[in-house]
Amino acid sequence: MTEAGQRQRSLLRGAVSVLAAAALYEAMARSGYFAPALLPTLGTVARTLFSTIADGTMIEHAAFTLYRVMFGFALSIVVGIPLGILMARFQRVEHFFLPLISALMPIPSFALVPLFMLWFGIGNLTTILIVFYAATFPMVFNTWSGVRSVNPLWLRAAGAMGADEQRLFWKVIIPGASPFIITGMRQAFLRAWIAVVGAEMIAASDWGLGWVIFDAKEFLNTDVMLASLIVIGLIGFAFERLFFGSLERMTVMRWGMVRAAKG
Amino acid sequence: MQDAATTMTATGVSDRPQAGERLRLIARNIFPFVIVGAIWEIVAWAGVFPHRLFPTLEEIAASFVHLTITGILPRHAVETIMRLLTGFALAGIAGVAIGVLMGRSRRAEDIFLPLVSIGAPIPGLAYAPLFLLWFGLGNISAVLLVGFVSAFPIIFNSWTGVKAVKEIWVRSAQAMGADDRRLFRHVILPGALPYILTGLRLGLAQAWRILVAVEMLAAVPWGLGWLIFGARKFLNTDIMLAGIVVIAVIGLVLEKFVFQKIENYTVVRWGMITS
Repeated sequence: MTEAGQRQRSLLRGAVSVLAAAALYEAMARSGYFAPALLPTLGTVARTLFSTIADGTMIEHAAFTLYRVMFGFALSIVVGIPLGILMARFQRVEHFFLPLISALMPIPSFALVPLFMLWFGIGNLTTILIVFYAATFPMVFNTWSGVRSVNPLWLRAAGAMGADEQRLFWKVIIPGASPFIITGMRQAFLRAWIAVVGAEMIAASDWGLGWVIFDAKEFLNTDVMLASLIVIGLIGFAFERLFFGSLERMTVMRWGMVRAAKG
Repeated sequence: MQDAATTMTATGVSDRPQAGERLRLIARNIFPFVIVGAIWEIVAWAGVFPHRLFPTLEEIAASFVHLTITGILPRHAVETIMRLLTGFALAGIAGVAIGVLMGRSRRAEDIFLPLVSIGAPIPGLAYAPLFLLWFGLGNISAVLLVGFVSAFPIIFNSWTGVKAVKEIWVRSAQAMGADDRRLFRHVILPGALPYILTGLRLGLAQAWRILVAVEMLAAVPWGLGWLIFGARKFLNTDIMLAGIVVIAVIGLVLEKFVFQKIENYTVVRWGMITS
């Protein structure tokens, strides 16, 4: 069988399996065996999704969630990358921060939500700080290992060719560490995305996709819940694949730092 | 993370101190905590924040000791760990089975891959309210959710691992007359093991992160997540911080004594990856 034929068959089988899962769900929902409030039909979910998008509530929730996640993520980049670079370049800094980071890293970010709620109240600040906490560690860690893994030969070669500290930093160290830094950003965003949904659920405010899901539970609006789940999945997928995927292609792969095939 | 973890072990090995150096290393590692602790004490004593919200370290230590002696804290911790292990065991069994199946059979791959790819990018906690509605408040929801969420990395890694087994190993084993069963046990499983272990490691880490939050939402009677969430209502910040300390210690133990040990005993020893 040709490669293309094989591919087509895989696609077909994939489509069939998704359709079969959907049909099974639909059959369960329509059988009347389960309460319709708990297991809405796919049509209901789709209608809810469209109507909430049409009247703008879903978009507003998504906008609040994105604002929180972006704010926290940007903070983690601003703090994480310089800290990682400093740790890799100066041993003093590394000796001070490494034990602290190793001790804090295993604390799941959600464990801090109740504490932050007491300290900073309910709402944007708490959520953003939780996102920041969750995203900073992968950022610092990857930057740190990236800068440390820059080939010493390159540093010496650049030094021999007369590069000063500044040029060495911008032309050798930063590009050399960039695959790790981009991996770090990717991991950090993934963590941030998980953290924002959880933090919104626990530290309930008035807006946000996590809050909608949790709030819908109180009123047994399972259709709203499933619709928000779809939105959360789509946004996460878009960032992960489209944004970070193309970022990687534009920078690291073009410079030939990593091979294109990566898992 | 993989890269970071390997770097960590690498430095850990090269830093291994010779008797006299040891003290200095310990002192160096404790120093930052002393500084941070001192700052905490100063802020707490200065009364910048309300005392109830920002207790001194002595108070945190006192409530930690008190809760430990009365047996409340150990019971919370044990319940949490039991839940973690049950959920993770479910995920491990189902995840490795599905992943290996996907790696071996094209048909299984075509069937499962779209479903797994749709489910995986949704943050695990987003499923929590759904599970609570379907399976009710309490233990069953918590365990099932932890299992469900931590199964994804295990499936993905087992699948990649089986696919990464070198074709030539499989063919040479077959040429030497290995039947399917022997092929699986002696070639495919060992070949895929580094990936499977990575998957289990990621899965356990994910399970641990999710579990604390699930305990807050699922209203389980005991559990560290519930302890810190409940303490919020009575402004018992000291109990909360004591709970967070226990959570950190469990996390650290999982990372240092479970994952790294497993990796050293199996994969590194077989020379599949360099430590």
